[in-house]
Amino acid sequence: MATEVEETAGHAAESAGHAAEAVGMPQLDFSTFSNQIFWLVLTLLAIYFILSRIALPRIASVLAERQGTITNDIAAAEELKLKAVEAEDAYNKALAEARAEANRIIAETKAEIQVDLDKAIAKADAEIGVKTAEAEKAISAIRESAADNVKEVAKEAAKEIVAVLGGSADARSITSAVTARLKGASR
Amino acid sequence: MSAEAEAETGGLVFHPMDQFVVQPLFGDGPVMWYTPTNVTLWMALTVLSIVLLLVVGTRRRAIVPTRTQSVGEMAYGFVYKMVEDVAGKDGLRYFPYIMTLFMFIVFANFLGLLPMSFTTTSHIAVTAVLAIAVFLTVTILGFVKHGFGFLNIFWISQAPLVLRPILALIEIISYFVRPVSHSIRLAGNMMAGHAVIKVFAGFAAILAISPFSILAITAIYALETLVSFIQAYVFAILTCVYLKDALHPHH
Repeated sequence: MATEVEETAGHAAESAGHAAEAVGMPQLDFSTFSNQIFWLVLTLLAIYFILSRIALPRIASVLAERQGTITNDIAAAEELKLKAVEAEDAYNKALAEARAEANRIIAETKAEIQVDLDKAIAKADAEIGVKTAEAEKAISAIRESAADNVKEVAKEAAKEIVAVLGGSADARSITSAVTARLKGASR
Repeated sequence: MSAEAEAETGGLVFHPMDQFVVQPLFGDGPVMWYTPTNVTLWMALTVLSIVLLLVVGTRRRAIVPTRTQSVGEMAYGFVYKMVEDVAGKDGLRYFPYIMTLFMFIVFANFLGLLPMSFTTTSHIAVTAVLAIAVFLTVTILGFVKHGFGFLNIFWISQAPLVLRPILALIEIISYFVRPVSHSIRLAGNMMAGHAVIKVFAGFAAILAISPFSILAITAIYALETLVSFIQAYVFAILTCVYLKDALHPHH
């Protein structure tokens, strides 16, 4: 104990002379141990209480909160993704429906047009028939009149020929002869 | 020691150990247990730094952290994961205790790297208290949790029966050497690095050597930065290992 005090005194005196000169290893200067240990224990207690009462719970809560936020955000993102997929499905469905509707409308319109067309064609056909019949009638009338004309011309010609040949023939016999010839020719 | 160095190199002044002297902050009186000394100052700065990082830095509780809060959270996550991985889930009850030790050592070490500073963890008195606290805690915890079953850690049941007493002796010795190695490792590392830097700084007085000296100081300073963190990490992880022994004494 006495030496320790002496040592302390000597150390103090020396440090008074020189700013602070180490004597051997200051780590082994036992006179300072109680001082260091006292302040160390105080420091450790202070750090322990600050950490366990304030810092660590706070950091733990911040980390937990962040973890929660991240989890929530991921869940929300997942949900939004699902919604997007749903929206795409709905869109595709609507598109398919629209396409089907369009096809149906096209088919209906086509059918309507076909009906109209058929009607128009039938009407046209009927008209054409009528026109054809008329034309045929006209043609037959023309043919008839042409035959009559031929008979007339033949009669005249026969009379003329007979006259030129020096014969005379009454109109009746010529007519019958021409008619007979025409019948023969037409046969 | 410094006197010898002075005599040998002639004119060169080496005082590598002066930085470790514990002296009163005010006046030149004797260092009593309650005297505010440079130990008090640098320990207070350690507490202040920890408060700045872990309390002030996280005061906004931001979901998207600021830089300081991010560093604080990293420190928290680092130690938390270490305790969980090494000591197991039931070791997490003692997480604040290990966090206290780790934060104190890491900040004391880094503050000690400042020029003109005082490294509290370079003193065997400090590290011995830390190591003995760990040793006592772990031993008492082991006996409280497992009673005399805690002694199983000395009785290796996997080993052949003949070897067990010898192994038990070795285990007991190694168990009681733990606080010694635990404390001297930290104090020795811190003291050696700082002393070496001072020695190189002394050589800087010679013009021809000074560039090399400054380079060497830079290199050692980088190494010491690494060592400061690694020693804090080693101290904390060994505490976790000892804690695991106390919680699960069956190998």
